[in-house]
Amino acid sequence: MSVAATKSDGQTMRAAPSHKLVIERMSYRYYVEPEETEFLAFTDVSLTIDDGEFVAIVGPSGCGKTTLLNVIAGLLPHEEGTLTIAGEPVRGPGVNRSMVFQNASLLPWRTVLGNVRYGMEMQRRFDRDVMDRRARDMIALVGLAGFERRFPLQLSGGMQQRVNLARALATDPQVLLMDEPFAALDAQTREFMQVELLKIWARSNKTVLFITHQIDEAAFLADRVVVMGTRPGRIKREFRVDFERPRALSLKRDPRFLAVCDDIWRLIEEEAERINIVRTQ
Amino acid sequence: MSAQIQTLTTATALTPRRRRSFLARHEPLVYGALAVLCLLVLWEFCWQMGAISPLFFSGPTAVAAKFWELATNGSLLHDAAYTGRNFLIGFLLALITGVPIGVLLGWYRRLNLFFDPVVNALYAMPRIALYPLIIIWFGIGSGSKVFIVFLSATLPILVNTIAGVRNIDPDLLKAARAFCAKDRQIFVTVALPSSVPFILTGVRQGIALGLIGAIIGELFAGSEGIGYMISYAGQMFQTDTLLVGVVVVAAAGMMLTAAAERARRHFQRWRPEHVGGR
Repeated sequence: MSVAATKSDGQTMRAAPSHKLVIERMSYRYYVEPEETEFLAFTDVSLTIDDGEFVAIVGPSGCGKTTLLNVIAGLLPHEEGTLTIAGEPVRGPGVNRSMVFQNASLLPWRTVLGNVRYGMEMQRRFDRDVMDRRARDMIALVGLAGFERRFPLQLSGGMQQRVNLARALATDPQVLLMDEPFAALDAQTREFMQVELLKIWARSNKTVLFITHQIDEAAFLADRVVVMGTRPGRIKREFRVDFERPRALSLKRDPRFLAVCDDIWRLIEEEAERINIVRTQ
Repeated sequence: MSAQIQTLTTATALTPRRRRSFLARHEPLVYGALAVLCLLVLWEFCWQMGAISPLFFSGPTAVAAKFWELATNGSLLHDAAYTGRNFLIGFLLALITGVPIGVLLGWYRRLNLFFDPVVNALYAMPRIALYPLIIIWFGIGSGSKVFIVFLSATLPILVNTIAGVRNIDPDLLKAARAFCAKDRQIFVTVALPSSVPFILTGVRQGIALGLIGAIIGELFAGSEGIGYMISYAGQMFQTDTLLVGVVVVAAAGMMLTAAAERARRHFQRWRPEHVGGR
């Protein structure tokens, strides 16, 4: 398929890159009220994501990966370091990025169509008929054509997450932020959704930052896997994952794939040992 | 031609299964009516047998006859109109003040902290204790009745609306903010729709309490209305007239509650129907 070709082209072009997301030495502190104690959610995070790249961040719970994503989304203010998306510094929520949430977060009183339109309505960037057309296109893209009039409670968890994704894609963002979107799904649905996401990504050509705690998910989806350590959260290492695209689920049984996962897992285990939260697996 | 095809396809789409029997389709109504009918027959039987003294109670046919008499001579209509008007004005006032104030108190945390003790005290206290005071303020005419209905209905509407706005799913707020929604947009697209079920619960409670207020207000002091009719008939030992009043109030309460229920269903079409044992 041509997808693999464009992807490898994209990687060779990195010498003269069009950076979509640039984070430089960013830290985030928060305060716990009763004791007035200061905590570092993450510190000294630097990360650059190129146009069309799929980057996944993995890390143990409490490494600040979700906080990092919320800062990038503009939902939390950042005080130290710089953060730019498509060349524009981030100050609060913006139209150049969209978030796919861990919980589908759909308005239960709106239909699928209404929910997919919702992001566009809030941003007020499109005309009414353009919104409708885009919404229908995105619903078709995520494989929900024919379900436009359904309400979220009439859909399965996997279908709700497709709506969640369609809503984010509909606003045509520069960067798509995904916060463990498949964490609440059952194991089988999760695997199918991963394949589906790669297909949608190949067709939409978006830059994606994907947060997960599942190593195989990160390695299967991403071009690069960024491993975060904890207390305080920071970037430990990056792994380049160069398996050719399109990727099929059978890749997950490939010895090369398992080796990559193993490397990542060892790093996370090391980190867990360091802070004494080792759990026997 | 094409319109005909349209209706045909819609009809088949709507009834994929075989049409169910009359009994199956109106099950709740049939069972409920059966119970009422049994009770009436038993009651009438006791009445006809002379087991009930008209001094203490009456019989279904006697009440029905009285109803017809009062309805045709216009006195029932007059009383019902008086009580109904007081109720309607008081309830509408409660609705147009309760919902907006409730939304404000739910939305602004500090405002709620400020008014919370007052609202709670009024909500918790038996409002009947205030009736003598209200009569001092508004006299024994319509004014005091309207105010009693207003006070009785406002509080449940207010308290439920506050709860509704405060119970917004934080995930929905987060999603709205992430898509750059302004406060006004969040208010219209998230806060208001998500508190509708709470508001309608408040409305239903408000109808019930407002109706009680309207009747008790008339029992307390006054010279008109269904409550007064019941009270006066009681003093005269006219149990049949008394029961006509009770039946009229009960019917009004049921109809108003049913209307509120219909409204609730209309606003919650998106919620899947309850599934459970038949």
